[in-house]
Amino acid sequence: MAPFDSVLDLIGNTPLVDISALSPKPSVRILAKLEGQNPGGSVKDRAAKAMIEEAEKEGRLGPGSVILESSSGNTGIALAMICRIRGYHLLVVLPENVSAERRQMLAVWGAEIISSPGAEGSNGALRAAQALAAEHPEWFFPYQYANPANPKAHYEGTGPEIWRDCPEITHFVAGLGTAGTLMGVGRFLKERNPAVQIWAVEPPSGETVDGLRNLDDGFVPPVFTDNDGPELLDRKMIVRARESIEWTRRLTDVGIFAGVSAGSAVAAAAKGAEQLDEGTLVALVADGGWKYLSTGAWTDDLDEVVERANRLIYF
Amino acid sequence: MSVSVRLPTILRTHAGGLSEISAEGGTVGEVVDDVVRQFPGTSSHLKAPGGGLHRFVNVYLDDEDVRYLGGLETPVGAGAKLSIVPAVAGGWG
Repeated sequence: MAPFDSVLDLIGNTPLVDISALSPKPSVRILAKLEGQNPGGSVKDRAAKAMIEEAEKEGRLGPGSVILESSSGNTGIALAMICRIRGYHLLVVLPENVSAERRQMLAVWGAEIISSPGAEGSNGALRAAQALAAEHPEWFFPYQYANPANPKAHYEGTGPEIWRDCPEITHFVAGLGTAGTLMGVGRFLKERNPAVQIWAVEPPSGETVDGLRNLDDGFVPPVFTDNDGPELLDRKMIVRARESIEWTRRLTDVGIFAGVSAGSAVAAAAKGAEQLDEGTLVALVADGGWKYLSTGAWTDDLDEVVERANRLIYF
Repeated sequence: MSVSVRLPTILRTHAGGLSEISAEGGTVGEVVDDVVRQFPGTSSHLKAPGGGLHRFVNVYLDDEDVRYLGGLETPVGAGAKLSIVPAVAGGWG
């Protein structure tokens, strides 16, 4: 393999690995797309790189530029790595109740953290970032929930990679979040084969986020609505903390040390596999387990971990 | 058909502080209507002005979003669990 010019060239081209040993039905295959292999440690490297490069192309960034984003962790970490390389100053609005490792990783890359109230979750972080962005029009606010470069990174990268490695795919399963992955991959796969089903997985965050004053504080990502999300998705399901953590643990049986959202995606794939006669499901493993070690997700008593998960943003 | 309905925090003040209530109906729409009948204060939070669900409300039937099942027409069986969940920015960002 020829040497790479930059770490940023290592983003993407992640491996797809067969984890059918975890499938409840031998006739239904389950594959995992290991996004934790990206240099910044998560799938968010893709969107972060695309959003920064798009802004550079538009001439919106220069030496010493300030970038502001809200993130529950992975997007912030990905942006922080890229900003370090490119010489931009990054401010990340982060809910105060994320795992310690996320703050540590942001510190590694030299990003500045602005804490938002934990009870308000990612919604509160986003609101705070929007307010700051309005006060500082001179800062670049990528706004991952609405930035077209986010789904585009998956339409041009993640989707084609999956199709190249597994044209027999019947279902794609991933966390909803900003909807970037599902919209980009979903659109690409459906253009190749309209029969491919796109399934979204969500933590029950809306049940536990107490910071909503009323429903008008609710939020649907523009990336979702702009890409006809309701049309593109075939199924959307909640996977609860207990099941997510159980499946995060089960993933270690096939040698995969992943974050808790991967447990959710694989739990959903396994649930779907039970309902199918045959098929090939691809589940997105958004990150590795490193940033979750302090939560005791693998080693502590399951009940305690689940209880803690309802207070901490695990995803 | 009686089903259990889980309410989000912001609706509980309109439902006597309850987090879970019981409601009647053969479809998701009928159950939602019964929630509104029992607790009229929830109406503007659940229903869109022109009918249908409020755009920031997701209703899950046994953890499946009903918008991808049959919407408000989705039949509910005995022992079903309905969760009303506000749409918020996802945690995966």
